[in-house]
Amino acid sequence: MAICIEQKLCVGCAACLKACPYDAIDLIDRKAILNDSCIHCGACVDACKFKAIRSLDGEVAPKDLSAYRGVAVFAETRGKTLAKVAFELLGCGRALADAKKVPLSAMLVGSAVKPLAQELIYHGADRVVVVEDPRLLNYSTAPFCRALTSIIQQDKPEIVLIGASGIGRDLAPRVSNRLRTGLTADCTGLAIEDPSGLLLQTRPAFGGNIMATIACPNHRPQMATVRPGVMKPLTRDESRKGEIRVSRIAIKDTDLKVIIKEVIRKAGKIVDLSEARVIVSGGRGVGGPKGFEAIRELAEVMGGQVGASRAAVEAGWIVHDHQVGQTGKSVSPKMYLACGISGAIQHLAGISGADFVIAINRDPRAPIMKAADVAIVGDLHQVIPLLAAEFRKIRKEATA
Amino acid sequence: MKDEPMIIITPIKQVPDTNDVRIDPATGTLIREGVPSIVNPEDRHAVEMALAIRDKAGQGKVIVISMGPPQAETALREMLAMGADEAILLSDRAFAGGDTLATSCALSYAIRKIGAYDLIICGRQAIDGDTAQVGPQLAEFLQIPQVTYVQDIRPENGGLRVERAVEGEIQVVEVPFPALLTCLKEANHPRIPTLKGCISAFREKPFQIWNAAQIGVLPERVGLKGSPTQVRRTFTPPPKGQGLLLTGTPQQTVQALIKTLQEKGLV
Repeated sequence: MAICIEQKLCVGCAACLKACPYDAIDLIDRKAILNDSCIHCGACVDACKFKAIRSLDGEVAPKDLSAYRGVAVFAETRGKTLAKVAFELLGCGRALADAKKVPLSAMLVGSAVKPLAQELIYHGADRVVVVEDPRLLNYSTAPFCRALTSIIQQDKPEIVLIGASGIGRDLAPRVSNRLRTGLTADCTGLAIEDPSGLLLQTRPAFGGNIMATIACPNHRPQMATVRPGVMKPLTRDESRKGEIRVSRIAIKDTDLKVIIKEVIRKAGKIVDLSEARVIVSGGRGVGGPKGFEAIRELAEVMGGQVGASRAAVEAGWIVHDHQVGQTGKSVSPKMYLACGISGAIQHLAGISGADFVIAINRDPRAPIMKAADVAIVGDLHQVIPLLAAEFRKIRKEATA
Repeated sequence: MKDEPMIIITPIKQVPDTNDVRIDPATGTLIREGVPSIVNPEDRHAVEMALAIRDKAGQGKVIVISMGPPQAETALREMLAMGADEAILLSDRAFAGGDTLATSCALSYAIRKIGAYDLIICGRQAIDGDTAQVGPQLAEFLQIPQVTYVQDIRPENGGLRVERAVEGEIQVVEVPFPALLTCLKEANHPRIPTLKGCISAFREKPFQIWNAAQIGVLPERVGLKGSPTQVRRTFTPPPKGQGLLLTGTPQQTVQALIKTLQEKGLV
């Protein structure tokens, strides 16, 4: 048995949505569409008063992989703006789309987000699919999953990229499972395999000790979350042209079971290490909470953020928000200063995206000294104040 | 919380202690010999969260479940010693080599076999794979709501008031039962097993091993066969050559650093 919905006969009454025990029917642009959760049980057939749903004899046709074409990226938003990772995804998505000679689309989901669509085109998208609903104001898993899977099922892109941010890593596994396809987490490298045309997804594992290249040969779309800060966005170009399409997708009541009561933004300065350009981090060698004063001062004069190793956080010298490493934040600054950090594997994994690493340590054999571009052997308590003074001087000269 | 006793399921994973993983300098491969297996650190916090709910309610049951080779029994026994009431090990050659989708599929069949439950609490992610995918994928298989990155939970209005930390914000959400949570290590301090707990973990508490046939899952949906993703190759990240090593007085080293940065156009 196989279920088939005759689109011409469907009036979009949604009766079948309620009848489906598997949540396998979506309402897209007022038409019922079967999604990949369908097990062809036939419960919807009788529910349709317009005879639009029929049960056909014979085997369910296997998914036609060649029907999938194009690259789609999830355009994540923060409040009323686009997240930095959205532009990074467009940057690498563009390269993949060009390699395969297919279009690049962006999926923009939220409340009143359409004004942001043009910006996505300026950054490389050929097409933007917009889903707007007031109930999509704050990120919540189920309604965003509904919107994204519906777009994907309608457009059938062969590659879907989502940022490996907190939101992306909450959303992507749910979407990929609903589509019954593969998902590779936190990729740092993406390429098209020749001649198969498959997406090769490379990611660190075992705390960055090994890299694994993963493919998804027999399922579509090929999905990956991409580590923020690794891919380079394209330069904004207002001459880029593209199409903006609004898609109406019915959010279901069952998608609204988790209710957002309140959103608390942390008081004071938000520490956002993942987007910082310069990070000055302290570890065990800093010696105590007082030692972090000098680290803070240096970070400030360099226009950067303060990071910390797990040892410093666990000693209670600084709060966890600042922790860099595998269990903390993965960072990708232009410059990373590790002060009194020995460089455990987990920490090195967390800074693998940094462009330039400077280490200050008394022990020339500490692992961080081998990972650094410049390693200073010395006492950080003497080096840091001098370094801060130098940067202050440079800054003064620059503004003078 | 709820009037009836709550049933909480906590899936856990036995992982190699990545703190002890070393690289063979000659071959550039992982040295796995002698690396101890541990309970994934964040899963301990998930079990603690479950135990705390049960203890506060004064009733209920915490069931720990793991998929892995027979040795994973150690990890489950340890969680029983911590205070969990029952343990189930999913062990079958058919489960081997599964990606996150195949793994969460097997877990979903096992959880359906357990029957009614109120909460599933997972750790945020495992230290060997770092994917953080099994929790949400399991929630999707079971068609229940998920809340990831949970740092605090409290009963409210017959459901749960949950605080999740994401993207520098705290979201306070209300969640109905049943639901799946993934827990951050900031949520609590896992308790240390007591001697009495250790004894009862081996003597009294139910421990079961289920295979693929017992949970009723088709072999092609689990393990390597049920995995859409395939590992093409693994390699060691190319080692960075030794950078510039600066020694001397603090003044000398700082001057040399500034010079290097200026040459590279970084300042």
